[in-house]
Amino acid sequence: MGLEARLKEEGFITSTLDAVIAWSRENSVWPMPMGISCCAIEMMASGDPKYDIARFGSEVMRFTPRQCDLMIVAGTVTYKMAHVVRKIYDQMPDPKWVIAMGACTSSGGMYRSYNVVQGIDQFLPVDIYLAGCPPRPDNLLNALIQIQDKIGKTKAKDFQDKKLPGLNVLQNN
Amino acid sequence: MNLKELIPQKLQERFPQVKFEFVDYRGDLSVNFDKDHVIEICRFLKEDSELEFRLCEDVTAVDMAERKKRFMVVYHIFSLKHNFRLRLKVPLPGEESDWNIDSVTSVWKAANWLERETYDMFGIIFNNHPDLRRMYMPEDFQYHPLRKDFPLMGIPGSLPLPKKD
Repeated sequence: MGLEARLKEEGFITSTLDAVIAWSRENSVWPMPMGISCCAIEMMASGDPKYDIARFGSEVMRFTPRQCDLMIVAGTVTYKMAHVVRKIYDQMPDPKWVIAMGACTSSGGMYRSYNVVQGIDQFLPVDIYLAGCPPRPDNLLNALIQIQDKIGKTKAKDFQDKKLPGLNVLQNN
Repeated sequence: MNLKELIPQKLQERFPQVKFEFVDYRGDLSVNFDKDHVIEICRFLKEDSELEFRLCEDVTAVDMAERKKRFMVVYHIFSLKHNFRLRLKVPLPGEESDWNIDSVTSVWKAANWLERETYDMFGIIFNNHPDLRRMYMPEDFQYHPLRKDFPLMGIPGSLPLPKKD
């Protein structure tokens, strides 16, 4: 980037606060691995040295939703599981993004049946629908890159009007 | 003696009052009988020293919607001693009040969850079951999905989803 060279010459750079915040956000997306079925295996594979999700700053898969900002829903979501997925999503701090990984998550997939939710966008706001059954790890990385592009275009004021989530979580318990 | 001959002989000897029907299809023996003596027959098959069907592999049911005897409970049991599989088929009478059968959990503990699953999917009541709750569907669900009159895509609104804000 030549950033170091510029710092050596002039000692400072100018930018907007929005750009700096978006830049730091997009390069450390911490995923919540919502691995529900076979797509989870490909999601795990994307963390291994061959595909290495760490190249994109997302190697910290957190198993607590409170430290995550990207939920990768990897697998078939049944009606019974939908409440759990939503509860975990509600516990993630804003701003947050969702990848619907695989055919089942995006549309119900081959499970056209009474017990499988025909697409998680019925109860979650989805940013990326990732095709494949299951998608390959490099496909997931592509989705991550697209999420990063999306995050890079955000501004701080985009998230100011959001109402605070979480109250209904407590009541459901 | 061949087990396929021994089982019918022993069962008829031990339970002369029960009407058995034996079917040998593609190398697997099935035994059909009515639901009244299911526990005694199962216990006999398990504990007889020449048979020893110690393993209850599956308990399930079949819904044959058109038939007069609509439901049939099916037990798959296995004798580790003889490496022999046996299928027990128990048709239930046609009236809804008769769609129940005695639980065999007192014979095989493994039948506990299998019977819960059958109850969940078909609505067949297992009498004296220690914990007859639904296995897969939510506890307040009102239908039994594997019945033939249940639509493939379910009853709209019967399974609530969380609200999308």
